[in-house]
Amino acid sequence: MPAVSMTVNGKAVTGDVEARTLLVQFLREHLRLTGTHVGCDTSQCGACVVHVDGIAAKSCTLLALQCEGAKITTIEGLAEPGGALHPMQEAFREHHGLQCGYCTPGMIMAALDIVRRRGNDLDEHTIREQLDGNICRCTGYHNIVKAIAAGAKNMAKGGAPRRAAE
Amino acid sequence: MSATGIGAAVRRKEDFRFITGKGQYTDDVVRPGETRAVFVRSPHAHAKIKSIDVAAAKALPGVVAVLTGADLATDKIGNLICGWMIHSKDGTPMKMAPHPALAAGKVNCVGDAVAVVIAETIAQGRDAAEKVAVDYEVLPSVSDPAKAKSGPQIHEIAPKNTIYEWHLGDPKATAAAFAAAKHVTKLDIINNRLVPNAIEPRAALAEYDTGTDNLTLWNTSQNPHVARLVISAFIGMAPEHKLRVIAPDVGGGFGSKIFIYPEEVVCLWASRKVQRPVKWTADRSESFLTDAHGRDHVTHAELALDANGKILALRAKTIANLGAYMSTFSSSVPTYLYGTLLSGQYDIPSIYCEVDAVYTNTAPVDAYRGAGRPEATFVVERLVEVAARQMGIEPAELRRRNFIKTFPHQTPVIMSYDAGDYHASLKKALELADVKGFGKRKREAARHGKLRGLGYSTYIEACGIAPSQAVGSLGCGVGLWESAEVRVNPTGSVEVLTGTHAHGQGHETTFAQLVSERLGIPFENVSIVHGDTDKVQFGMGTYGSRSGAVGMSAIVKALDKIEAKAKKVAAHMLEAAEGDIEFKDGKFTVAGTDKSAAWGDVSLNAYVAHKFAGQELEPGLKETSFYDPTNFTFPAGCHICEVEVDIDTGKTEIVNWTAIDDFGTIINPMIVEGQVHGGIAQGVGQALMEGAVYDKNGQLVTGSMMDYTMPRAHDLPSFHVGLTETKSPSNPLGIKGCGEAGAIAAPAAVINAITDAIGTEDIAMPATANAVWSALQRANPRQAA
Repeated sequence: MPAVSMTVNGKAVTGDVEARTLLVQFLREHLRLTGTHVGCDTSQCGACVVHVDGIAAKSCTLLALQCEGAKITTIEGLAEPGGALHPMQEAFREHHGLQCGYCTPGMIMAALDIVRRRGNDLDEHTIREQLDGNICRCTGYHNIVKAIAAGAKNMAKGGAPRRAAE
Repeated sequence: MSATGIGAAVRRKEDFRFITGKGQYTDDVVRPGETRAVFVRSPHAHAKIKSIDVAAAKALPGVVAVLTGADLATDKIGNLICGWMIHSKDGTPMKMAPHPALAAGKVNCVGDAVAVVIAETIAQGRDAAEKVAVDYEVLPSVSDPAKAKSGPQIHEIAPKNTIYEWHLGDPKATAAAFAAAKHVTKLDIINNRLVPNAIEPRAALAEYDTGTDNLTLWNTSQNPHVARLVISAFIGMAPEHKLRVIAPDVGGGFGSKIFIYPEEVVCLWASRKVQRPVKWTADRSESFLTDAHGRDHVTHAELALDANGKILALRAKTIANLGAYMSTFSSSVPTYLYGTLLSGQYDIPSIYCEVDAVYTNTAPVDAYRGAGRPEATFVVERLVEVAARQMGIEPAELRRRNFIKTFPHQTPVIMSYDAGDYHASLKKALELADVKGFGKRKREAARHGKLRGLGYSTYIEACGIAPSQAVGSLGCGVGLWESAEVRVNPTGSVEVLTGTHAHGQGHETTFAQLVSERLGIPFENVSIVHGDTDKVQFGMGTYGSRSGAVGMSAIVKALDKIEAKAKKVAAHMLEAAEGDIEFKDGKFTVAGTDKSAAWGDVSLNAYVAHKFAGQELEPGLKETSFYDPTNFTFPAGCHICEVEVDIDTGKTEIVNWTAIDDFGTIINPMIVEGQVHGGIAQGVGQALMEGAVYDKNGQLVTGSMMDYTMPRAHDLPSFHVGLTETKSPSNPLGIKGCGEAGAIAAPAAVINAITDAIGTEDIAMPATANAVWSALQRANPRQAA
């Protein structure tokens, strides 16, 4: 079996994978990082979104071997090492932008990419359009849109990270 | 109201693990020595199995076992069941066909499981599954419920594929009312088939302990105790006390995760056979094929009115597709959860409803958010809106003329509504939606080539499921009470073990709000435990908007007992008579004195027990309550949908959504609003874009999210949500429940709005751009150039 090496959440990792092993499988099963979720098999739902070399990607649609040498960030890599939450994570809690939580890691990672591409001052229309690749069945998106707008603003303020667990 | 008490928008305790990726969903659980299960499924809608050859599959690397329906039968594993008995008009019981967990000689829908491969890895399992050679003799099939009765017979027990022919109401009185009516409105309605598609696919992880002969099942279940009871008592997998079922974090259910499915049965059985843990997680394509679908009714409905628009009677004849097998609660959805809501918010003297349930070669159909009440609301609210248009009466006015005004109100279809104020919700909705300004907005839109329409849905539903005696008398095999065990620890913190389950509803927060306020202790000191049959003794789970009305009521009753016992303990400590002890804000006081004891001291004393004189008082502070509701609850409200239709493309944009709901007492308004948002989104999905389609060969054409359109953020507006309140008199907190209301109200509001916009009733759900454009063409045929 071929070997693959990459950096995940700042840590160098290697593994033996089959050619057909998806990145999401490598993350979940080899590295036991189960925060990235699988919700579909046609690349629609976005529950699997991670960052590959700083850009959002659907980890269900990438082979692990394609990520040789890449820097991957997953939801587990967002909070500060001391436990302080990223402002976008905090915004999802503050605005009730999640219910069952299953789509949430992918939503948060996608939201960060929207900020990267469109800045910190996001209007409702932009957020809704940009979430085309992320499906939520619980929230009706109303509060997710509010959370992303607020999280984006707070990121610009260099928002003081909040205490991890309240 | 305190910052963390009843009525406060407290931020959720459960969020931390979800926003950091530390949730524990079933597929996240890993057991040592775990194997993976991959199912071999029928590609045919209807076929005999002539033979299954597993030899090639077994020989592949990593394959631990390959098992078939014959093996299951040899091991005498029982069939899946439907737990709600429905009788036909002639008194005969419903025709429940056998449903083995792996097909026995015949497959009855595409996706029907035929064999299972147990392998070291998923990849090895999939390779082996492809090598299982099944020789099928394909049979003709039927997938359209309207054609089921004349189609090829699927099950021996059910001639004409008819499960039951049920009815409710008074046929003679209804017929007489129609004969005397000044106006009759008739509609043919299809309530389109839906796939629930919770974003977490179903999963099961079964582990057999060779040392204790115990089985443990991690399962994406909304009701682990019900799963345990059915799998033990009906399927005969193991005695109840040797089967533990754990429903950890579950990523959405919407009803689809209530039912007991073949996969968890097979995983348990296989785990004991191979003596290793067996894990299965559905692909989304598998979910499409095997999760219980929702709705799928074909209805002819009629409304009889007098010259003033007063409704005299309603009648409906429905064919309900239950699919290839009767799923766990399937029989109840188009009967007692549907026919009983056909009075809507209106004072209708006579109602008659007939429902024929049929088998087809499609996936089983069962409860999906709203379960029968969206179907009923769509019938009633479309009839009322169309009648208003036909009679030239303004739709809000026609409703006002017919609203029930006094309570309790006994409908002709079993339900007795206990409390409500339908005028109040309509009035508030009209204001919030600025209906007065609609005409101006419509004219402005027309100038830009858009057709604006307004649609109402004044819905009511019955939830807080349910009084055990009532549902028992209607055929339900179980009681629908709920349990709560309140454990006060010596240091004063509290754990509540609830028989409900949370898969997004926020119970860890809302239940803690209730306990914190009642006992006067910090919100942080209350833990809510659910989802494990080893921890919670028994419960009926979460569905039917019951966790507030029934689950919280059980907690209240247990808290009553806690307070009573704690007062006894305090009386001993303070050397006072029990009757003189007052309890407020976490403090016990001797009435008329300044002698008091804090909660933490009383809880410690309950366990230290030094101060109890004699033997009358047992140590400890832990109480249980099983609460059986006395009635359903009846949330109701008014949703107003305003749409803009593009004449050239038929595309519908929802430009405004107003929802005024009466849910009785609200524990956490933020969570309640979230439930309404989510429900509306699913209702809009049904109305505008979702639809599970089987072709004439029984192939599921909409078999993935590529072909089945899920609503996305840009399909929906932000919602304007408000409340009115008439408390339910039927439970201690006055809660009605809110989880399904949005999905119940929304479809009618959307279709009423679109038909208003385009000026024709000739459209069916989903009202896609193509459907709307086509309806416009039919209604306004263009002249040849």
